[in-house]
Amino acid sequence: MADSFLVDYAPIAVFMTIATFVALAAVALSFLLAKHRPDKQKNAPYECGFPPFGDARAKFDVRFYLIAILFIIFDLEIAFLFPWAIVLGDIGWLGFGSMMVFLGVLTVGFIYEWKKGALEWD
Amino acid sequence: MRDDLMTIYLLPLFWMLLGIGGILGVVLGGTAYLTYAERKVLGAIQLRKGPNVVGPFGLLQPMADGLKVMFKETIIPSGANVGLFIAAPVFTFLLALSAWAVIPFDAGLVLANINVGILYLLAISSLGVYAIIIAGWASNSKYALLGGLRSAAQMVSYEVSIGLIIVTVLLQAGTLNLSKIVEAQKDGWYIFSILLPMAVLFFASALAETNRSPFDLPEGESELVGGFNTEYSAMIFAMFFLGEYANMILMSAMMTVLFLGGWLPPLAALGFVPGFVWFAMKIVLCLFVFLWVRGTLPRYRYDQLMRIGWKFFLPLSLLWVVVVATVKMVGEAG
Repeated sequence: MADSFLVDYAPIAVFMTIATFVALAAVALSFLLAKHRPDKQKNAPYECGFPPFGDARAKFDVRFYLIAILFIIFDLEIAFLFPWAIVLGDIGWLGFGSMMVFLGVLTVGFIYEWKKGALEWD
Repeated sequence: MRDDLMTIYLLPLFWMLLGIGGILGVVLGGTAYLTYAERKVLGAIQLRKGPNVVGPFGLLQPMADGLKVMFKETIIPSGANVGLFIAAPVFTFLLALSAWAVIPFDAGLVLANINVGILYLLAISSLGVYAIIIAGWASNSKYALLGGLRSAAQMVSYEVSIGLIIVTVLLQAGTLNLSKIVEAQKDGWYIFSILLPMAVLFFASALAETNRSPFDLPEGESELVGGFNTEYSAMIFAMFFLGEYANMILMSAMMTVLFLGGWLPPLAALGFVPGFVWFAMKIVLCLFVFLWVRGTLPRYRYDQLMRIGWKFFLPLSLLWVVVVATVKMVGEAG
């Protein structure tokens, strides 16, 4: 059977479908059972008892973007490391050395961003 | 022909549905009683009794809480994006459950024994960040947005070190299949090997990844009210809450599979106890440490949290990948 590989994933698909149904059912049930009496004050966004001022979607610190970008770089690196870690026994010192060079380049970049203060948070 | 239909399709389908029901029951029941255990353990640490009124020893407390939450009014803030606002907690809950499909409870006792199980777990736990960001954004509230951003930054920061720690385990085990990772620990659990520092780091990262104390900054009530779930109430709040606790159990299960030898008994002589009992006991031990840490340690400051993540956990786990790989290469050459 050519697609026996995918058959392994069938239980996951069924599981996710059932889990979605359970989650939606719980939410729907609470909407049906509970009494809803919304009013203007109750539905206002929380702001320590004051009427909200300004827009909630305001500017925020650019560092959050920086963290996200750094995360992408390192997560990609991990994606490279996964297959390498599995076959390390078969690819010998050449495979080992190539990955060390790659990690070395990455470490230089990491030291650079450390020195530049990208990891500071004050 | 009819026999074929029975044996090829219906019987596996029956077992699959039974398995799914079993996992849902165990995880949801475990989550409910984890909230009870947390209150009992915290009570004991603070010389209080904890819940003791509803049922014997307060054992029916989770049911009472569940019923109460079910009958509460769901408040949707006027400025919120309603669809996303409701979708985010459902998504969190769904992810927290669906990761369990690949966890091996015992030898052969796993719903989907896929050959890239650990990659699946990493992918599912990465997706959790989306729900947090969506919740923070869709609430249209300042506290929720700030809490969501902080939470997301914290989770992705620690995910990097979790990924690298998993790579060190993979180097030792040589497989991505969770059952085979457990079987590779037959001659010694990974926590009692060169990977011991990684086990400690994994646990600390798991605390940060699940937004638990001492890294519960997103919910730092003294500065951010409730974090990304400030505007949530009733059942949709409970979805976030249950998702967080299910993730705690999941992280404990990952800790057990990766470092504590999964379902393997600590001594060969204790092999007569079924594997899933050992698995459950190890998870309970990890969960107890989660609660113990919460009752003992003060909360970190946000800059300290990011510093320890990027300047200590990340370099150390990266170094350990190199060390473990070198040890393996030298060991095979010699």
